[in-house]
Amino acid sequence: MIPNPVTEESVANTPLPPQPAVTNPVGTAAPMPNVTDTPLNLGGHEFESRFILGSGRYDLNLIKATVEHAGTQIVTMALRRAQTTENSVLDYIPKGITLLPNTSGARNAEEAVRIARLAREVCQTDFVKVEIEHETKYLLPDNAETIRATEMLAKEGFVVMPYMFPDPIAARQLEEAGAAAVMPLGSLIGSNMGLRMRDFIQIIIANANVPVIIDAGIGRPSQACEAMEMGADAVMAYTAVASAGNIPLMAKAFKDAIAAGRAAYLSGLGKVTEGHAVPSSPTTGYLH
Amino acid sequence: MQVNGEQVTLERPMSVADYLTEHGYRPERVAVELNGAIVPRGKREEAMLDDQAVMEIVQFVQGG
Repeated sequence: MIPNPVTEESVANTPLPPQPAVTNPVGTAAPMPNVTDTPLNLGGHEFESRFILGSGRYDLNLIKATVEHAGTQIVTMALRRAQTTENSVLDYIPKGITLLPNTSGARNAEEAVRIARLAREVCQTDFVKVEIEHETKYLLPDNAETIRATEMLAKEGFVVMPYMFPDPIAARQLEEAGAAAVMPLGSLIGSNMGLRMRDFIQIIIANANVPVIIDAGIGRPSQACEAMEMGADAVMAYTAVASAGNIPLMAKAFKDAIAAGRAAYLSGLGKVTEGHAVPSSPTTGYLH
Repeated sequence: MQVNGEQVTLERPMSVADYLTEHGYRPERVAVELNGAIVPRGKREEAMLDDQAVMEIVQFVQGG
């Protein structure tokens, strides 16, 4: 069923899924599984949330609820020529959220550096998501220019988070250039196609010394969950949430999926067998 | 002079800070680049505009 048009009021009235029971059947508190996780570390800054949220394309009045339901601590935004009549997106972002400006619109390293410096002047933080593209049909990142921009910005003290095509060699070069994380695309930006670059992302994860954040194309919570099961350190989503019928509820779904995938990764996934079954009941004592 | 790619007439000499206020920009929400160099917030009073100036005034918008 498609929900009714989403308004601030309807969001406030949307029931969230029930919380899991906190007691077991005999009434004593169920012990928490022994899971130790470390915070996501980006350039020395630590975050508990592993969900980075794009701020775009939906009603500004929904941002606060969406950020809260997502449990996110990092929100991206873009820099453009100012219109005096425009509302400022910054007015709608809850306090305590780390702003992650992107360099969208940059076509080469120099333009990305220029945008990053201007963004730092507005928000007074050093985080920047480097995004360098040449065309609007595929919006594919230019890895070579991105590596160059990363090196320049890292030298200027930025916490550089480059959006990249999932080339494991480029990922290593970005690390060497000073990237605080790498952000390989799952599939085309805004496409909701999911983890089409899965095998190469897995190679990047296996060899990375910085966090790997799956950035583009994640269309469903299940895909975010799979990325986290694979060992991604975080997921960024934007269109999947913004194009949902109920935006804050989808933000919550992503939050839960990312937490589930992370827990599964930390648990250690079971072995996959192919071509034969593995009995889960005893193979002795049959009644025949 | 030129502001955000548009030719505009500068009525009288003024500082970047005055320009922002007079034209309804929120100074705490924008960054300013004058002739290719960022004008830091603390320097907007002393940065003067002339009719050859090229200025960019930028702000954050929603985006991924």
